[in-house]
Amino acid sequence: MWSRHLLALALALAAPAALAQEIVGDAIPKSLTGQPGDAARGRAIVANRSVGLCLLCHSGPIAEERFQGDLAPSLAGAGTRWSAGQLRLRIVDGSRLNADTIMPPYYRTTGLQRVARNFEGKTILTAAQVEDVVAYLVTLKD
Amino acid sequence: MTALRFSIALLVVFGTSLALAQGGEDKRRSGYQDMGAALQQMQDDDTANPGMLFVQQGAKLWEQRVGAADKSCADCHAAANVSMKGVAARYPAIPPGADKPVDLEGRINLCRVDNQKAVPLPLESQDMLALLAFVSRQSRGLPIAPPDDSRLAAWREQGAEIYGRRQGQLNLSCAICHDDNAGKKLAGVTIPQAHPTGYPIYRLEWQGPGTLRRRLRNCLIGIRAEPYPAGAPEYVALELYLMDRAKGMVMESPGVRP
Ligand code: HEC
Ligand code: HEC
Repeated sequence: MWSRHLLALALALAAPAALAQEIVGDAIPKSLTGQPGDAARGRAIVANRSVGLCLLCHSGPIAEERFQGDLAPSLAGAGTRWSAGQLRLRIVDGSRLNADTIMPPYYRTTGLQRVARNFEGKTILTAAQVEDVVAYLVTLKD
Repeated sequence: MTALRFSIALLVVFGTSLALAQGGEDKRRSGYQDMGAALQQMQDDDTANPGMLFVQQGAKLWEQRVGAADKSCADCHAAANVSMKGVAARYPAIPPGADKPVDLEGRINLCRVDNQKAVPLPLESQDMLALLAFVSRQSRGLPIAPPDDSRLAAWREQGAEIYGRRQGQLNLSCAICHDDNAGKKLAGVTIPQAHPTGYPIYRLEWQGPGTLRRRLRNCLIGIRAEPYPAGAPEYVALELYLMDRAKGMVMESPGVRP
């Protein structure tokens, strides 16, 4: 019991900001937190320019955000095209599927250069936020 | 090959910019061309261009005696419309006797320290911006003409390398936005090709003027990269690369940008 607590504490202190995820095929089948995400929170994250940043590059069915990007495919229909696990991997680290992707790795801290001090060692989204975004995207049926 | 065709080929290879030599028409666009008509007009009309206030302030500083030498810029350089014509179009450059390139701010401070025996102006300070705007105004309408100095090659290369390197938490490079996606919309904003044609600019979002370095710093902050410290040589390297890439394009200083 004690030793398990110590282990948890050591893990927390060593704080690999992104926990390891199991990739199966082109997907991460399991929730990063072990819990399902919340689609309403996910929508807010996607819409927010300084949290999700998604609409910098993508457009999506979020009518109140007038300024959307066209560097990337529309998010509309993402839930028809992809499963939750496939969406999870694309958000966690799209470079696993396309090494040249310009989509930022939302849940990876390794292999990045000259990250600003205030973001150093941090993922763009937390595990819970990734789950919220996944929960939202699966609702986007054309 | 006939003599005529041969000489045309020669002309094409040596006489024109790289973009033209590579066969197509010149596809380079200044950020100016991506702005709405109202902003273009604001830039073109001296009575409406807010950057002109800084040019006027700079004209006063040009005449002001400062430092232990008690000399003004004008005491050494006389009329700026002659002596400063084309200067901003060729910086960064390696000043005589030096072995490292400096940008126009660096050059102005060399004069402050060596010739006026005054303290350097803080980078991006109001007085510095005014002098920059005044000196750069004297190159308005002239083609960007980087110096033909082989010693600059290594710095330009470093600039090109930084430009192409992914960095920051968002893992993006300058090239991804400004070469591969220029003309597309980033959250509704047209991504320009990043030509340094207008600097120093008056930017509406800043509600004030700013240098090219400030612009570069903003882009770095945007991708959540650690900006280089204020006087860092990386900025001069990037500026050298950008000026070379924009060779032959027309200087607009003081530009206006949204
Ligand atoms: C800097 C640009 C950029 C940002 C920011 C970005 N993406 Fe992407 N995304 C892309 C590009 C480009 C693709 C196309 C596939 C590729 O290149 O890997 C893509 C692909 C996707 C896909 C698969 C698209 C499909 O339907 O085929 C999804 C889903 C996705 N992104 C979701 C998101 C979400 C959610 C966010 C924010 C949390 C986000 N993206 C932020 C650039 C971006
Ligand atoms: C994620 C996209 C993105 C990246 C990466 C990026 N920029 Fe920019 N840059 C922009 C946008 C968008 C603008 C213009 C709109 C604005 O004012 O923000 C801009 C403006 C500029 C301008 C001003 C052009 C003008 O007409 O005044 C320059 C110069 C520039 N960037 C250089 C760079 C350099 C050098 C880098 C890398 C260190 C870089 N940018 C990285 C998006 C980007």
